[in-house]
Amino acid sequence: MEQIITKKVTFKVFRFNPDNDVLPYYREYKLDVSQEDVVLDILNKIKWEHSGSLSYRRSCRHGICGSCAVKVNNKGVLACKERMFDLIDIFGTEMTIDPLSKERAVKDLVIDKEDFWKKYDSVQPYLVADVDAHPEKENIITPKEADQLLEADYCIQCGACYYSCPAVEVNPEYIGPAAMAKAYRFNGDIRDTAKVDRLETVSQMGSGVWDCVKCFECAEVCPKEVNPIEKITKLHLQTFEEGVAENNVATRHAVGFKRSIAKHGILDEGDLVLYSEGVCGMPQHLPEAWNMFKNGKLPMPWALPKSKNLDEIKKLVKISSTAKF
Amino acid sequence: MEKKLKYALYTGCTARESTPELLKSTLAVAEKLGIELELLDEASCCGASHLQDFDDHLSLVLNTRNICYAEKQERTMVTLCNTCQLNTNMTKERIDHDPELKAKVNKDLAEVGLEYRGVSDVKHFLYAILDDYGLDNLEKQIVKPLKNFNVAPFYGCHNIRPSELHGNDESAYVPDSLDRLIQACGGNSVDYEEKNKCCGFHVDLQAPNTANRLSGNALLGAIDSDADFMVTPCPLCHLNLDVKQHKIGETMGRDIEMPVLHLPQIIGLALGIEPKKLGLNHHVVKSVYFQ
Ligand code: SF4
Ligand code: SF4
Ligand code: FES
Repeated sequence: MEQIITKKVTFKVFRFNPDNDVLPYYREYKLDVSQEDVVLDILNKIKWEHSGSLSYRRSCRHGICGSCAVKVNNKGVLACKERMFDLIDIFGTEMTIDPLSKERAVKDLVIDKEDFWKKYDSVQPYLVADVDAHPEKENIITPKEADQLLEADYCIQCGACYYSCPAVEVNPEYIGPAAMAKAYRFNGDIRDTAKVDRLETVSQMGSGVWDCVKCFECAEVCPKEVNPIEKITKLHLQTFEEGVAENNVATRHAVGFKRSIAKHGILDEGDLVLYSEGVCGMPQHLPEAWNMFKNGKLPMPWALPKSKNLDEIKKLVKISSTAKF
Repeated sequence: MEKKLKYALYTGCTARESTPELLKSTLAVAEKLGIELELLDEASCCGASHLQDFDDHLSLVLNTRNICYAEKQERTMVTLCNTCQLNTNMTKERIDHDPELKAKVNKDLAEVGLEYRGVSDVKHFLYAILDDYGLDNLEKQIVKPLKNFNVAPFYGCHNIRPSELHGNDESAYVPDSLDRLIQACGGNSVDYEEKNKCCGFHVDLQAPNTANRLSGNALLGAIDSDADFMVTPCPLCHLNLDVKQHKIGETMGRDIEMPVLHLPQIIGLALGIEPKKLGLNHHVVKSVYFQ
């Protein structure tokens, strides 16, 4: 007979009931965890056997409704999918269970996702197409065309990426990884006709693709392997392809890399900033530039490093370029 | 060491320009440890995730060309910057798994007489020290342990995420390579929440407030955990944390004075290399303890 392996784990669970509590607090539970347990089993055990008042969301128990996401030791997880023994491998036997966002906690682990849904709605998260109400034949999508979505359609709107995104944390305007992945999902759909519209939305400065800090937290956390940052990169490329990219500091910075590489192979960092910012944007950088200069961090124009075999690089920039600005 | 370690060194742009101390200290440490580094002077910029937003194919071709030169030396390519590591490794991963793409890239490279074969690995210097040189061997060389120093490791995103790509045994949630290295150098590594978080470098120009606040959180996290200084394997993180530190202090509404060292600099100090040779004089926020 197979032996049942269990491990003793100490859980600190975020508790907050706005009707009674002035401030949130943590309650500790020591439980036996067995090999087949997922995080949701632990929450159920706590609710059924220890604290009947514990609130958390769950519905499908099959990783498909997206309602059960929480954070364990700051790692966003889908409670019904994440195996406890995998978490023990990463964190050991002391774990803190938090709502996805403590600021947005309504009760215990239940949060108000209004900000998430608002931003999600802003990208037209649906197919925009003239659909024939009485089609004569099936509207067939080839496997190759379906592959173009890069599995962006696997998203279950759990919010784990959004509430782990540092750009959202410090910039509440940023629409965040899930909405971006959704914009890509429909922009990549050959039937859709709202691509340019969506690109205009997601390329807004302050809230769009240029405000992503490229930290890959979203790729790491997503329980459905949607890889939102990959889609954000695709959206960047689409804004140039479709001529939606405006001439601004961020787009000039991206294009400036090509310009700089074509010149010296390795960057002319000072020139890149000047090209991106324009002369008028430079004064704000002067105090830093002066500090860099004083400390030998700015090479003189006549001593700028250049790659060897530069002619090769120049030739490749010429023949391999595929984008226009 | 039984066998001399030999690598092709991809410096990236920053180590040759705005963080010259990174290249100096890397070369000094390699010399001391008997690691041979052959500079890849032919290499171009990796695109830093920005060219990748504008022209995917061009960035693939240029990064593949860089790897070709490591292949010519028949050596593993060592990088000094997390973002170079990410972009070079991501390129390699994509062409190694997509024969069609590889053929397309090689067609362009043939125009300049190059061919990518896929025989050189790409790894960050941190992992060359950890996995190839070994901490045990390093510990034997330590003559000036960083005793009594609280050191805050700052990992930088692109060495640890996406973990699937890197294959360096590092957990994205509980990374420990830098902690282990700090301890091997005799220091006390401090734990703080932001150690595996983002510095915001990639939006410095268009969203300085985002960048300053993310770097600010990291600096304050290190201060509040009683760190004497921070250490990072990434020169881009370093630029934000060091060069912009006073501006960040203004954003955060707190006076910040936190020296930030590059990875090879702490190894160099522990190996007894003099601070000047490690380029500590180039930092904007001076590491007073070592001057
Ligand atoms: S990569 Fe961009 S979208 Fe993803 S978590 Fe980081 S900042 Fe947010
Ligand atoms: S992209 Fe992934 S993490 Fe983000 S909401 Fe969708 S399923 Fe959840
Ligand atoms: S309960 Fe539906 S996804 Fe977890």
